[in-house]
Amino acid sequence: MAKKIFPKEDVCVGCHLCEVYCVYAHSKYKKPNAKAHELVKLYIKHKDSKPTPRILVEEKSGTWTTFALQCRHCDDAPCTKACITGAMKRLEDGRIVCDEEKCVGCWSCIMACPHGAVRRGENKKAASKCDLCLELGEPACVKNCPNEALEIKEV
Amino acid sequence: MKYVIIGNSVAACGCIEAIRKVDAQNPIVVISDEKYRVYSRPLISYYLGGKVDESKMYIRDEDYYEKNKVETKLGKKAVAVDFKNKEVILDDGEKVKYDKLLIATGGKPFIPPTKGFELKNVFTFIKFDDVKAIDEAIKNGAKKAVVIGAGLSGLKAAEALIKRNLDVTVVELANRILGSILDLEASKIVQDELEKHGIVFKLETSVDEIIGDGKVEKVKLKNGEVLDADIVVFAIGVVPNIDFLKGTELKINRGIVVNNKMETNIEDVYAAGDCAEGYDFVFEQQRVIPIWPNAYNQGETAGYNMAGVEKTFDRGFPMNSIGFFDVHMITAGIVVPTSSDIEVLVKHDKEKNTYRKIYLKNGRVVGFMFINSIDRAGMITNMIKEGFNVESIKHRLLEEDFGYLDLPKEIRQEKILGGAKA
Repeated sequence: MAKKIFPKEDVCVGCHLCEVYCVYAHSKYKKPNAKAHELVKLYIKHKDSKPTPRILVEEKSGTWTTFALQCRHCDDAPCTKACITGAMKRLEDGRIVCDEEKCVGCWSCIMACPHGAVRRGENKKAASKCDLCLELGEPACVKNCPNEALEIKEV
Repeated sequence: MKYVIIGNSVAACGCIEAIRKVDAQNPIVVISDEKYRVYSRPLISYYLGGKVDESKMYIRDEDYYEKNKVETKLGKKAVAVDFKNKEVILDDGEKVKYDKLLIATGGKPFIPPTKGFELKNVFTFIKFDDVKAIDEAIKNGAKKAVVIGAGLSGLKAAEALIKRNLDVTVVELANRILGSILDLEASKIVQDELEKHGIVFKLETSVDEIIGDGKVEKVKLKNGEVLDADIVVFAIGVVPNIDFLKGTELKINRGIVVNNKMETNIEDVYAAGDCAEGYDFVFEQQRVIPIWPNAYNQGETAGYNMAGVEKTFDRGFPMNSIGFFDVHMITAGIVVPTSSDIEVLVKHDKEKNTYRKIYLKNGRVVGFMFINSIDRAGMITNMIKEGFNVESIKHRLLEEDFGYLDLPKEIRQEKILGGAKA
């Protein structure tokens, strides 16, 4: 059974904290046992480019609607079929992940993703996408959403 | 049951992966005239340009064949198929029996008859061995390159050669570059960028003769101009690699004719990828669509059907994502209007050097070109595929922040949650 994150737009407050926690979860400056709110101390500004969250908060001026969208980890993942390097692939646990070392930034995955859920990562060098943070036990965005607007379920 | 695949690129991967989802045991044999395990042909320009090394050329793990119980016959060329006795004949005389056959032989370079083509340092630009040979010529001192063809592969070749510090001139018969994926206005944007990086273009002419004494020295163009050249790269295009099947009972038009199950006219014989001619959903006709995702999808569809699980693929259409230096573009479907009932939406931001153009027919997207504004382009590609009616949101499609918020709530939720369930 693959796990997937479901956004609940009726309760999303548009605070973007999911993005912050997502960046933190994938930061190379992260220290073991450090708490997420210590991100400001762990991220060294100007050393690299601006970090890209693997989550996409949709909001537009003039609307009250917001929600956070992640990779849907589609069963029929078109990104894996369009990838020219083999970087975008399905793991045995069902997750779709991008091997950023292998990715050459051709953006065929962006062309193929029906949800627009794959982003160009830092320095626009490689595709960056939600990996469900399974190594952390639970996705950082789900765990830290202050209004429980994200939920992970097995489907 | 024994599955045999002729060809070892992405269509073969699609086929192997589909078969193994439903049939874990029966033998699969892959035959390829190239000695390499499955690698990415689109990456050859990255290899030449020094962006990827040999280890990153391979699109599947080293144990891929073993894990999928695939027997490989690499470096062996299929020279004929005996459809009556159901066997593939290899160049060393070996006969390989099959119960189900996939022909996925891809494309081969299109070369117009050209005087001097046999000279040393004249190359094509399709296979791994092509770029290894070009690399060798550069290491031996080649400084000036002439690339014939300003399509996707010709320009990727030109970009790689500029990165290797060669002088590069691109010769193109048409009046614009990237004619298969861009209209005139869009192609000018890209050409400007390539010229800034030093690539010289000779448009509306072609090569007349390659001149040299054993080795390339000059290229004479049809317009009379003569260019100095140490290497010449032919990258005009590809044609289906199916010469060894011509004259048989296999139905061939431009490519091997297949239905939406990838079946040919011969029972138990399937075809997929750049050698096959399937249905183009946007152009509403049978066409060869020589693009990567199409090859995977066709191979996958063939694999399921070969293994007895009925699946159809009837949503093929051209789509391309490609970048040169820092200019990236994604295009799909119709790029030059083919009839008067096509509505055009366009937004060209000269300051930001972005360009978005969308073609609609009966309220549905039938093609688009996005340059330097590509995020979430897959939503539009998917709208083409679904035949989604965009009448009420059409002017939002040109905006860079177009997203699910532009769709009515129930449709948005169905797409997001349905995607998760899919």
